[in-house]
Formats: sequence, structure tokens, C-alpha cells
Amino acid sequence: MSDLTQLTISQARAKLRGKEITATEITEAYLSAIDRANPALNAYVAVTGDKARDMAKASDARLVKGEGGALEGIPLGIKDLFGTKGVHTQACSHVLDGFKPRYESTVTSNLWADGAVMLGKLNMDEFAMGSSNETSYYGPVINPWRRSRVDTVVMPTTHQGDGGFVSAGGTKTARSLDNAQLVPGGSSGGSATAVSAFLCAGATATDTGGSIRQPAAFTGTVGIKPTYGRCSRWGIVAFASSLDQAGPIARDVRDAAILLKSMASVDPKDTTSVDRPVPDYEAVIGKPIKGMKVGIPREYRVDGMPEEIEALWQKGIAWLKDAGAEIVDISLPHTKYALPAYYIVAPAEASSNLARYDGVRYGLRVPGKDIVDMYEKTRAAGFGREVKRRIMIGTYVLSAGYYDAYYLQAQKVRNLIKRDFETVFAAGVDVILTPATPSAAFGIADEDMAADPVKMYLNDIFTVTVNMAGLPGIAVPAGLDAKGLPLGLQLIGRPFDEETLFQTAAVIEQAAGTFQPEKWW
Amino acid sequence: MSVDLQTVKRVARLARIAVSEEDAERMTGELNAILGFVEQLNEVDVSGVEPMTSVTPMEMKKRRDVVTDGGKAADIVANAPATEENFFLVPKVVE
Repeated sequence: MSDLTQLTISQARAKLRGKEITATEITEAYLSAIDRANPALNAYVAVTGDKARDMAKASDARLVKGEGGALEGIPLGIKDLFGTKGVHTQACSHVLDGFKPRYESTVTSNLWADGAVMLGKLNMDEFAMGSSNETSYYGPVINPWRRSRVDTVVMPTTHQGDGGFVSAGGTKTARSLDNAQLVPGGSSGGSATAVSAFLCAGATATDTGGSIRQPAAFTGTVGIKPTYGRCSRWGIVAFASSLDQAGPIARDVRDAAILLKSMASVDPKDTTSVDRPVPDYEAVIGKPIKGMKVGIPREYRVDGMPEEIEALWQKGIAWLKDAGAEIVDISLPHTKYALPAYYIVAPAEASSNLARYDGVRYGLRVPGKDIVDMYEKTRAAGFGREVKRRIMIGTYVLSAGYYDAYYLQAQKVRNLIKRDFETVFAAGVDVILTPATPSAAFGIADEDMAADPVKMYLNDIFTVTVNMAGLPGIAVPAGLDAKGLPLGLQLIGRPFDEETLFQTAAVIEQAAGTFQPEKWW
Repeated sequence: MSVDLQTVKRVARLARIAVSEEDAERMTGELNAILGFVEQLNEVDVSGVEPMTSVTPMEMKKRRDVVTDGGKAADIVANAPATEENFFLVPKVVE
């Protein structure tokens, strides 16, 4: 039997429905792949083998009767931010030690209702705060992609035997993988690595400032952050409530479309979830984009951006042009203010959301001499450095005397950022094309980024605008850099027009192909 | 604007996070780097611009004011570090 983990969701779906394979077989294939790979990649923080086998068995029973749901028997990984009933849910933080919720998040409930199988919980940056998956209490996730190195090998001049054979010497080149470990991006680093390394068929993820799209770009996978309100946030550990959205990471555009269709829903338990029908996203894949107006924002050409990123962007423009799209230059003048505004709004909301971790209702408790001492010790021990830093910033900008200068100013700038997009969409632009990230994946424990938190924040420079304006954005792999690492392009759409994103991303995918890391783990 | 060591300690107290002298010193530098970065927002002309209150225009959903859930005390305290008879236990707060 060929390796079942290599099947995309759409391929596995056809084989499961055609009774060529069973849910149990494909689930076992993933569980053994996780077993072999996880010590090296650290993508899963909890593997739910027994639960996966039970769910697969139930799926097989339904498939036999021809009653399978849209994702029947498809094994998925779930980011640790999603509440999963009776299963490890800690947002990869020490402060939630031992937390097993008595409820299931709406997004995961939707997936199970459609027949999906849960393989386990995926590693992430603590409370989704990070762009490298290095802030996790469970240690960093490793990117399955490595740089490749072109070595020049000098052929020695050799004499062989008495016959006097002499090789001419000279050189030859050989490509080999560099051993340096790279980050998968963050915060959904576990999701991206697991999908890219064939440790799940697809994964759930969340995106507050780029946490789906940046790791997708770093691992050659497809990630979509839908419009704010498309997926229910109920049961997902909150980071910044006005920015958080759930979405999938998948191996190709079609799989991402299949997953989003199941994840999205209106939910009375989340008043910001939107009451509008969920379209059949898959149906738009392959539809021509002739006549579509694609905007190219000049403000996304930033100083110090590597030439390779610019070249990739030009390639993307050419592909869409070849497919009949009309390319127009646009301006989004407040782009450069999105990241600084984000670093006020997101920490402010986080400081409020994370106030609940006080050692009383769940998770870690460190005893103290009185209740305040207990709170302070619990939070000092339970939160990691990056989380504390953001709580501190948030507390400061919301504190008396600073609220107007920081928070109110940032919320006004946010409206201007949103207006920029509204203006270009009103002028007839259907979709905006940008690079997904300003660089390819970087090394674990990068010294520059460790020394300056703002350097790490700059990873989200192209993605964060989308969260600030509540728009949908998709990252789609578009090529490899000179060192053999994947690079992605981003498409930004009108509110609730995820269909145009899938349709256009499919054109890029068709031109660029799909990318798999060379297996070393 | 920038913060000094005293402000950092005050903010840590507001955030209920215990910090050592060394933590506070390190945080002062980090917080100032971030505050320096966000400073550029001041150059934006926001006159006449309303602060964003809702990212997608939508009417606030309402539901009938009736009990829809409940009777879950055991579930609610299930994850607490210390409980007694469905109450959360905390150190004494009133003498």
C-alpha cells in the first residue's frame, strides 16, 4: 500500500468514499508518521491516538452505510488554542497547566460533525503571541524545510593500480541539505509543520496578525485567514478579540477550501459571527479569472526587502496577467502604520483577555501570602517573556492618562487603514496581490530577533493590515528561493469574498506548482 | 514617551505580575523599544476620524432574556486548582 499520508484531503476523500481505503487505515498511517517524526519536529504537544482510532472507527461505520459527512475519516491536527473537550488545551502556556475543558469549540465541533478525525493538539507560540513558534512552553517547532547548500567538491587526482589510470581531478557540484534548523513561523507553527511534513491531512490555525499566513508561507503550505466573523471564536482561547480569526492550513488550495467550508458557521455563542450562508468554496477552483482587477499596492515595496521577494511578486503578477487579469497599481497610504497600531490594539486587548489567568479557576496556582501575592506569583511563573511583555504594554497603554494618546489614536488609525482598502475596492479592484512575508524562514534562536522584539514583529508587516481591516487573506506558495526555501504570495479580498481568494490562489498554484520538503527527519 | 523603572514596576503591579529588580530593568528597555516603534502613529492626521469600534459593520445581536444554560457547577469548577463543594477556594481576603 502506498503511503496514505501523501494523499491530499480531496484525494483521500475520493478514496474513502470509493471504499478503496478506510478511515482506520489512513488514521493509523498518520499516527505512525507522528510517532516517527514528532521527536525531531515537535509539532504535536498532545497526540490523541485512542480518540483518533475511535473516531476513525465511527467514520468507517458511516462510510460503509454511505452516510459520510464532508470530511468523513479525514485526520486533522488541531492548534492548541482550540478548546477540545476532555483533551489538553493550554494555548501552549504554563499558566494553563493541566487544563482540559468541559466543552468543545464551535469550529472543532463543526469539523467533527462533518466526520473529521482528531489526531492531537498542535504546538504554537504561547497564547498565539509570536512569529517563530519559539515562545511555546513546549519548546520550538522545527520547520521540515532546510536550506540546501551547493557544495563544490574537488575531485582528487588519483592513480589506480599499475595500469597507470589517472583521474583528471577537477571539481563537481553537489546539492545537500544544510543542518541548520529553521523556524516554521508562528504562531501556528505546529499546524504549518504538521501539514508540510505529512503529519496530518490538514490543520486548524488562528490568525491575529499573520499567524496563519506567515507560517504557511514559511512551510510551502496554503493558509487562509477568513473575514472577521466568518468562523465562530467561541471556545478558542482569546488573544485579541477584535482581530482573532480561525482558518485552515492545508497542502493545496482545494484542501483549504474544503476545510474552511466546514469550519465556518454562524454561532449564537459568538455575537460577532456572521449570519450569511457559507458558499461552496471548492466550486470556484478552476474558474477563469479573465477580466478580474488585481491591485498591486506600492506601499508593500519596503526598504531592505530581498530581491527574491520582489522577483516572486513580479512572477505572481505575470501569472495573473497571463490568466487574463487586469493589473492595476494602487495605493494604500496608511500601510506603514498598521504594525505600530497593531502593537497597541493587540496588547491592549490581550492584557484584558489574559486577566482571567489568576490561579483561581483553572491551570497553575502558585501559593502566596495573600490573594494578591498569589495572583502575582502565579502570573509571574505561568506566563513566558513575550506574553508578559505584551500584557505590560497593554496595561500601560490602557492606564489612566495614556488611553487617548495610545489606544484611541491607534483605533483611529485603524479606521484609516480600513478606509484605504474600502477606497480601492470601491474603485473596482477585486483582489490585492502582495508578498506574504518579507523573508523566507529564518534560523531557530536568531540573535537579531532575540535582541530586539520589534525585529520579530516586522515579520507580520504584510499580513497585519488585513487583520486590522477585518478582511480575508490567503497565503499561497509561489516558489523557492536560491537556498531552496519556500516563499509565498498573499491575496487580500473584499469582506466575505473568500471565493475570489480561492479562485485566484488556484491560478497561482496552477502556475507555481506545489512544494514538498526533502525528508530528513 | 518612554517609561522608567518606577513606571514599569507600577504597571507590573497593575497587571498583577511579580517582577524582580532584574526583570523590571530588562522590561524597561524592551518596553521603550516598543513604545519608540509605535511613536510614529503620532504623525498621522486623525482629525475628524472616529475610533474603530467594530471591524465589520453589524447590528448587535440580541436574544430573549431567558435562561438558556446552567446546572453545570461541577463542570465549572472541574479545572480549578482548589475547590470545596463547588466553590473556588482562595486565600482569605477578609479578616
